[in-house]
Amino acid sequence: MEYEVVIGLETHAELSTLTKLFCGCSTKFGVEPNTQVCPVCLGMPGVLPVMNKKAFEYSLKSALALHCEINKFTNFDRKSYYYPDLPKNYQISQNYYNLGVNGYMTIEVNGSTKKIRIHNVHLEEEAGKLIHPEEIGTNYSLVDFNRAGVPLLEIVSYPDMRGVDEVDSYMQTLRKILLYMDVSDCKMQEGSLRFEASISLREKGSDKLGNRVEIKNLNSMKAVIKAIEYEVGRQSKLLDRGETVARETRLWDAVTERSERMRSKEEAQDYRYFPEPDLLPVLIDEKWLHEIKGTIPELPLDRKLRFVEVFKLSDYDSGILTEEKVFADFFEECVKILNRPKAISNWIINDLLREVKDRKLDIHNLPIKPKQLASLIEIIEKGTISSTIAKEVFSEMIQSGKNPHAIIEEKKLAQISDESLIESIIEKVIATNPEAIEDYKKGKKNALSFLMGQVMKETKGKANPKIVNELLKGKVGV
Amino acid sequence: MIDKKLIEYVASLSRLELTRDEEEMFMNQLTDILSYIEKLRKLNTEDVKPMAYPLNKSNVFREDKLCPSTSKEEILANAPAKIDAFFKVPKVIE
Amino acid sequence: MKHLELTSLQIKEKILSKEIQAVDVIKHLFEWIKETEPNVQAYITTTEEESLRKAEEIDKKVKNNERVGLLAGIPIAIKDNICTKNLLTTCASQILKNFIPPYDAFVINRLKEEDAIIIGKTNLDEFAMGSSTENSSYKETRNPWDLERVPGGSSGGSAAAVASNLAFMALGSETGGSIRQPAAMCGVVGVKPTYGRVSRYGLIAFGSSLDQIGTLTKDIKDAAVLLQVISGHDACDSTSAPVPVPDYLHGIDSGINGLKIGIPKEYFADGLNTDIQKAIKDALGIYEKLGAEIIDISLPHTEYAVATYYLVATAEASSNLARYDGVRYGLRAGSEGGIVSMYCRTRSEGFGNEVKRRVMLGNYALSAGYYDAYYLKASKVRTLIKNDFDAAFEKVDCIICPTSPVPAFKIGERTNNPLEMYLTDVYTIPANLAGIPGISIPCGFSREGLPIGMQILGRYFEEKRLLQIAHTFEAETNFHLKTPPLKDPRWCRG
Ligand SMILES: [Zn+2]
Repeated sequence: MEYEVVIGLETHAELSTLTKLFCGCSTKFGVEPNTQVCPVCLGMPGVLPVMNKKAFEYSLKSALALHCEINKFTNFDRKSYYYPDLPKNYQISQNYYNLGVNGYMTIEVNGSTKKIRIHNVHLEEEAGKLIHPEEIGTNYSLVDFNRAGVPLLEIVSYPDMRGVDEVDSYMQTLRKILLYMDVSDCKMQEGSLRFEASISLREKGSDKLGNRVEIKNLNSMKAVIKAIEYEVGRQSKLLDRGETVARETRLWDAVTERSERMRSKEEAQDYRYFPEPDLLPVLIDEKWLHEIKGTIPELPLDRKLRFVEVFKLSDYDSGILTEEKVFADFFEECVKILNRPKAISNWIINDLLREVKDRKLDIHNLPIKPKQLASLIEIIEKGTISSTIAKEVFSEMIQSGKNPHAIIEEKKLAQISDESLIESIIEKVIATNPEAIEDYKKGKKNALSFLMGQVMKETKGKANPKIVNELLKGKVGV
Repeated sequence: MIDKKLIEYVASLSRLELTRDEEEMFMNQLTDILSYIEKLRKLNTEDVKPMAYPLNKSNVFREDKLCPSTSKEEILANAPAKIDAFFKVPKVIE
Repeated sequence: MKHLELTSLQIKEKILSKEIQAVDVIKHLFEWIKETEPNVQAYITTTEEESLRKAEEIDKKVKNNERVGLLAGIPIAIKDNICTKNLLTTCASQILKNFIPPYDAFVINRLKEEDAIIIGKTNLDEFAMGSSTENSSYKETRNPWDLERVPGGSSGGSAAAVASNLAFMALGSETGGSIRQPAAMCGVVGVKPTYGRVSRYGLIAFGSSLDQIGTLTKDIKDAAVLLQVISGHDACDSTSAPVPVPDYLHGIDSGINGLKIGIPKEYFADGLNTDIQKAIKDALGIYEKLGAEIIDISLPHTEYAVATYYLVATAEASSNLARYDGVRYGLRAGSEGGIVSMYCRTRSEGFGNEVKRRVMLGNYALSAGYYDAYYLKASKVRTLIKNDFDAAFEKVDCIICPTSPVPAFKIGERTNNPLEMYLTDVYTIPANLAGIPGISIPCGFSREGLPIGMQILGRYFEEKRLLQIAHTFEAETNFHLKTPPLKDPRWCRG
């Protein structure tokens, strides 16, 4: 039988604030265990939470970017469950009045766009980390509370995705949006971006939803895709055999590439949500919303389409340029200085990105400024240096951070356009290569290129090739 | 009103293990209390807003400013069991 | 040891005028504690050495004419659910029997800044859940007026300590009357401030939307000065109010001329002890004589308060007490099993029956399928109860009623029937649900010689007005001057 796959995603993104959601402890990743902990984030008796304003505003910003309706009255709820990495055994989250609801995000799959609806966006606190020692026979686990209390944004989609292509695009697009807004560093390997998928199958053409299975423990985008593919296979087999799919939560194992049942619907947790009395509600007025809206940059997909439209770049090039906000910004800065979008785009895509990759540069701290790339391109267009020399200059710019003019001056890389100087060099070359002239006269046309090469060699590539060509032709009598 | 199954469920939500006698006792006491609480049903509260916060105040925030964390020694000082800088708990199986 | 009977302000005056040294006050006090504490059993922990050290410091300051704080040299007792840095804080529970907080509560910081001397941590009902202090897992605090009776609760240790001069003043906490009720039963002054007046930071939570720290003192002026010190905004408590704190002592004796006192008929219904009824009636007579107008009012939803309270408070408690799991602090039991069995053993061994009962009730009220019928319903009725007060305070300036329907009862008398025990708080609970301030002051004695308390309730943040009203009565009467017959050999069971 043929099935339609119905997929929804729950995304958790750690917000990149300096401090935790409810206390002043640092959120820095990878420090010594239990050194970024205080009575508040350890859930000691008597402590109280106070909301980090930046975390709240980042959440608001994200909800707006995902076209959510913002609840004018929002508050926080306690979600109760026992787990040793959850200090209070309840998580401060949102349930009854999520800060953003009914949004959508546009994704692009195979050249066409699709809106994936967002059910809600809300803010909650991160749990600590549980470590299971690998030595056989250990009967204990270890807890590190450094992550406990880090602000966590949860984005819940509707089950609007119909295949792994869409899921892939959803994840990439969402990641890009969060990065563009600078609200999360989205490092999946550090756990600051995580996904959970819910998958159901239904007969093609039917509008009745099948039983939903949730998959947890997906530690990379690759794992999400693999787990969905596995689950689709598993469910189709069951349905083909006429069996029903159980509503359950399954745990993905990235090593065996299989999932195992974690709990059934009957064992579903009773979270006992109720309003968190230690935090007061947040009322959001138009003025505040307006302020936050003002901080949202143009989002990646919009920007890409604009690059195609305004700068007449290819879809592919625009895609690469807008992949990271830093480069899209860099591009636009350059264009503002020098209106040569195509040339600038080529330099960024072919040269800047390669240098960044080869030298493992920090993209937020590039050694080259837009103004410098613009003047390099200007210099090339004026004919001061050849494009071959330009590559050398560019590499030097990255290395030293110097202006192209300075490098050209210092290394005497400027093109030689002085005709009498070039003529004297040509004469010298002809004098030392009489056989080449003979060859040419015999009809060997490539002898001319040989002489040309010799002139360039004499001038270390700096002679203006156009002038050399003309003068050489005159000398050999073409 | 509260039967054995429910008291077991509520005890498990509360992470309490009760003896047979305790189960019996709490079942009776909670039934008494709940039947007293039944009186609330008499009240029509259809158009009444719930009061979760006694204080008429909203939008309380702190700035995203670092405060020094507590030393790990102090954090771990009350721990019933620890290894190095970690809290130690009986093995947790997913 | 005559000066142990002085009020806090009086002893401070003597210390500042060098008539007596703070060190001697502490020495005498600890002698009295050694003699009397075995009968009263008000304290879980005392800090004699540290108190003497602190007293020496204050004496030195006084000697050198250095600036001293508002509470200089005053020995104060702290309810043991308020966190004190490096000092055992148990909440009268086995689950925190070894808990040493690494931090001070906001109020403790304030006390230290004002040079108070913290002499010990007082007994309470475990996690402040109770009305008699019988739910302590450490000791049975007795009423200094009759050692066979309870001191009330849950701040029974603090009330008994102040009543028997085992402390000059004390901090308590309220969720449903836990300061006012023991104050009434022990014959001292108890103030429960407006919700948000005093920071809860460091108060071990029971019902977060109801909890509030308050004072237990020998008289109104002491209450005023202690409240002055602990009130005010705290950035660490989101529910702390940024409302300015007035000078509570200034104009405390400015009288009550033209005061409108509301008398809610629901508070004088069946079940009210006749001695108490008479004492309140006499007190109202005094107020009338002093120029107040007595107005009959109605708080129609009073009969729903206890039911509402036992849903809201237990729901919050069930989640507040979830953190006691044997992982980070406190007791751990049964670690040989898995994690779930460790949780269950720890909590079953660490909590007493009343705590278990309330945690279960709260979890039930919040659980899937019951939330709307219980927790949400109660939250709505809470609005109705608050609206009752709002309407009343449009007509009157304050409300006067009994603090407790009965005087101190016998130890063990009500322990078998939790519901009957809960009903002890019928008059105090509504103020906690609404969040308004209240004071209980001594207003007479029952025919058995037990103290009777009168409650004055006021508008949000009108503590100053309440103190004036209470002070006017105190100035006209001498109920607050009577001390319990602790020297009487009849009471000394050792
Ligand atoms: Zn912290």
